[in-house]
Amino acid sequence: MADPDTPDGAPAPDTSAASALLRELVAHLRQNRTVLREEWARRITEAQLLTALTPEEIFSEATSVYDNYVEVLETGSVEALQDYARNLSERIIPRGVETDEVLGIVLLLRDVLARSLFEKYQDDFNRVLDVYEPAANRIANTVAINFVQERERVIRQQQEAIRELSTPVLQVRERLLILPIIGVLDGQRARQLTEQLLRGIRTNRAKVVVIDITGVPTIDSTVANHLVQTVDASRLMGASVIITGLSPEIAQTLVTLGVELGKVNAVGDLQGGIEEAERILGYQVSLGSDSIEDSQLR
Amino acid sequence: MAVPILKQGPFLIASIQAALTDTDVLQLRDDVMSQVTRHRSRGIIVDVTALDVMDSFVSRSLRGIAMMTRLRGAETVIVGIQPEVAFAMVQLGMNFEDVQTALDLEEGLALLQTQEGPADGGS
Repeated sequence: MADPDTPDGAPAPDTSAASALLRELVAHLRQNRTVLREEWARRITEAQLLTALTPEEIFSEATSVYDNYVEVLETGSVEALQDYARNLSERIIPRGVETDEVLGIVLLLRDVLARSLFEKYQDDFNRVLDVYEPAANRIANTVAINFVQERERVIRQQQEAIRELSTPVLQVRERLLILPIIGVLDGQRARQLTEQLLRGIRTNRAKVVVIDITGVPTIDSTVANHLVQTVDASRLMGASVIITGLSPEIAQTLVTLGVELGKVNAVGDLQGGIEEAERILGYQVSLGSDSIEDSQLR
Repeated sequence: MAVPILKQGPFLIASIQAALTDTDVLQLRDDVMSQVTRHRSRGIIVDVTALDVMDSFVSRSLRGIAMMTRLRGAETVIVGIQPEVAFAMVQLGMNFEDVQTALDLEEGLALLQTQEGPADGGS
């Protein structure tokens, strides 16, 4: 795995002098911890960053970030910071904190510290920057990358959850399943849907399945073929499939694409599909004398 | 391993217990045909529940058995195709179009019985 945090080379010209200077900088930053931290927190509020957090929360996070920051400057190891950044992201992402805010506060800290160092080392500031800049950039980089990675992880997790939720297989009557599909069908979802349906057929001992695609806006030839395969595979397991809710547009597309749908049993809407399924299964549904519809009809 | 074939009233039940070699498949075909002739069976159920893979030779042979028994007046029902197997089969284009299928042994017997019913009504 490539390590995104490796510094981009350029070793300091004089290592021992540089590290001595770095120690001095760290000591300076430790000494002025309270002032700088407050200055930073103030600038965060001023820039209207992290508005999702309370001022107390901002201050306590600022303290942790500050200490981590100085520690990374001192040791040059970003591992602890990485853990902290991941942990921080986990906490603040659900609160709606955006990438630019996180990046913004880290850059603010960088500037606050640089300014404070500039005040102290005005004459020799170039040498200070040589030491300070690579470390500071690396920290900003680490925090940003970890934040983005965490966000991506959350997004992936949610996608997975949506997918799981999006293909329910429901039993409406003994041996009759319905499978309402809502949203765009892609190859992967179509495959997952088939797998879930086949498993559903086995566990519910279904004889008839109604697949309702009213909520599917468009279908391409791959997905259409997948539907045909689903129908065939269900038949192999002894269940017949009724497809309902093919919109006029989709019907037109399928015919234009020349998808072989001759063997597929299609009914206009879900109600018709369920009625057809009940007919196949031998159910006879009749209105009771005291039903609501009956009394309304009178 | 030979596939046991059981007689159940007017039907035969061939229950496949383990993965079949090509020889086993041919043996099964011959056994089914001779038993159908001997017992004058009206239907055959081939139970493939134990198979978690079905290659093209096996599925082609099963289809062949169904066609042959039909010529002897016996309907064949394949039962117990697993979800994964069903999916793999249709992806390979083997969809048993002219062979009857059912979920399991019970369903298969019920299917044969309903088909038998009207034709057998007089006797």
